[in-house]
Amino acid sequence: MKTLSRSRAVRTPGGLSLRLDLRSLIVVVLLLVAVLAAGVALIGTGDAHIPAMDVLRTLAGNGNPYQDFIVNELRLPRLLVGLLVGASLGLGGALFQSISRNPLGSPDVLGLAQGSTAGALVMIVLFSGSAAAVTAGALVGGLVTGLGIYLLAWKQGVHGYRLVLVGIGVSAVLTAVNSYLITKADIVDAARAVVWMTGSLSGRDWTQVWPLLILCAVVVPVVLAGGRGLRMLEMGDDVAYALGVRVHRVRLVLMAGAVLLTAAATAAAGPVGFVALTAPQLARRLTRSPGPNLVPSLCMGAGLLVTADWLCQRLFGADQLPVGVVTGVVGGAYLLWLLVGERRAGRV
Amino acid sequence: MLVESRPEQRAETAPAPPKRQLARALGLLLAVVLLVFVAMASIGVGAKSLAPDLVWHGLFHDSGTYADIVVRDRISRTVLGLLAGAAFGLSGSVLQALTRNPLADPGLLGINAGASAAVVTAITFFGVTSLSGYVWFAFAGAAAVGALVWFLGGTRGATPVRLALAGTAIGAALYGYLQAVMITDDEALSRMRFWTVGSLDSADDRTIVQVLPFLLAGMVLSLALARPLNAMEMGDDTARALGAHLNRTRALAMLAATVLCGAATASCGPVMFVGLMVPHVVRSFTGPDLRWILPYAAVLSPVLLLGADIVGRLVARPAEIQVGVITALIGGPVFIFLVRRRRTAQL
Repeated sequence: MKTLSRSRAVRTPGGLSLRLDLRSLIVVVLLLVAVLAAGVALIGTGDAHIPAMDVLRTLAGNGNPYQDFIVNELRLPRLLVGLLVGASLGLGGALFQSISRNPLGSPDVLGLAQGSTAGALVMIVLFSGSAAAVTAGALVGGLVTGLGIYLLAWKQGVHGYRLVLVGIGVSAVLTAVNSYLITKADIVDAARAVVWMTGSLSGRDWTQVWPLLILCAVVVPVVLAGGRGLRMLEMGDDVAYALGVRVHRVRLVLMAGAVLLTAAATAAAGPVGFVALTAPQLARRLTRSPGPNLVPSLCMGAGLLVTADWLCQRLFGADQLPVGVVTGVVGGAYLLWLLVGERRAGRV
Repeated sequence: MLVESRPEQRAETAPAPPKRQLARALGLLLAVVLLVFVAMASIGVGAKSLAPDLVWHGLFHDSGTYADIVVRDRISRTVLGLLAGAAFGLSGSVLQALTRNPLADPGLLGINAGASAAVVTAITFFGVTSLSGYVWFAFAGAAAVGALVWFLGGTRGATPVRLALAGTAIGAALYGYLQAVMITDDEALSRMRFWTVGSLDSADDRTIVQVLPFLLAGMVLSLALARPLNAMEMGDDTARALGAHLNRTRALAMLAATVLCGAATASCGPVMFVGLMVPHVVRSFTGPDLRWILPYAAVLSPVLLLGADIVGRLVARPAEIQVGVITALIGGPVFIFLVRRRRTAQL
């Protein structure tokens, strides 16, 4: 309950009031700073090293043509895809974990990632499709899976627990299909499939940035506006209903948003592992605030992915390994560190 | 087969209505009969199917006929299916009780990830290529991760959520490693893609003998834990008031689950879904009492595993589809059906 005392109400002269959690605000600001710093470092990293000041100058439009090409044509779109994908996964994960009221109820567990993977693998293994076909396949796979899970879990409304359990059933079936497809593929396609399934940002350009950006610009505000209702929903359907939340409508809108975000992010970069699962947990531990922590999770997701990409390039050289290899390690290690710290501090 | 005699013993002391106890005991007997039937079918059915009397003959006489040789060959596969199935089912039940999370499965505590990472290490860095060579690596990996999760998840005050999160975090790190190796080493990829599906067809006697002691010890331990785990289901405070040793029970449950799942995964790969699904199905007709859930899970999980193996052998004759694929393809829809049938409050 200590956390509650830190938040305060801000009142405007017009009679509006807003609850402000100081610690959450600080966490969000610090995370944004960290994300921007990591972004600048990431743009400077690669076969052609560019100092941070030059990166900033070039981004402002004052660089020389050579740096301008590298920064604005090659590395900025990749960074933006990374930011958007990370933010979408973090936000999607926070939404799903909150709706299912289970810290493990992330899109990776619910089968959305497996659905996207199935779509992509069908394109890779059965049709040896182009990169665009794989992206389309993943998008369709993710959306169809999301719709399927919702319909299968629907029974006079979607209840959080049933949603998770149905998701796990769907996920198991799709995982089996995916493994089977990989054993049937020849080794070249299998290698391509494994890289895609790890999640990679290499070679992403402006054509991937725009659709993602437009989608995020539409979906994120809608979802954040529903965050208030989500906070009530965490207290149980009956309480939320009594407090004036239209339970089923809020849940439908938020789920649709989460599915869209996750499917689009997965189509753009592959099912980058564990961002959706760890980002909300990390955010919750940093803000020490109950509730869905949507904005901190979003920033944390973006931060995790960009940091992981930077680490990956520094450690293994440019584009040697896909970023998904590192997100798991970074996110997992950070979560462990927080858990150990919590134990030492006696908080559980 | 440790399982069969227990329920009758318990039935005398348990307070539940005698009629229900009788129904449960009869149901368990029925499940055992079903298991025997499925095991016979598993020996008889395949690319070359044998009539039941030939199977029966081959089991007890080794007269060197063609049928007898086929039976010998399928016995090890069936035995492995029986043992591994029971192990997956028991470890899943114990983990779900331990973490009080019905989503818990051996994958959750990072045990599968540990085994997989160890196997890929064995292939890439030690040049191991045979299944009986993988076994020790897989087992050591599973055990190491189990211990690490227990240690980091908080030896003192290990709450369910913390254990699950620690397992997930370690799993995340290990999968990163696994994928990095598979991307850089084609040899590892071509072997791992078959191992991770989970299959019984590479079973041989040597592998079974290697894991048998661990499997039996784990089964005895988990069945013995039914009563203390029952107490813990009611929440920490109530359990303590009832005289349960929380940390001792948790440590032993973790040990049992790790040993069972580690040994089973080592011998036939990570067949994920059995340990998750069977306890759910069992709970829907036994209720929450682990003294019934555990024996039922131990009998019905091999039914699912062997049944799936038989189907996998039949649908693609003369080739086969791996048991891990079929388990999920059959189990997934059944699982969803069961989830939908129950009312919200019972979930």
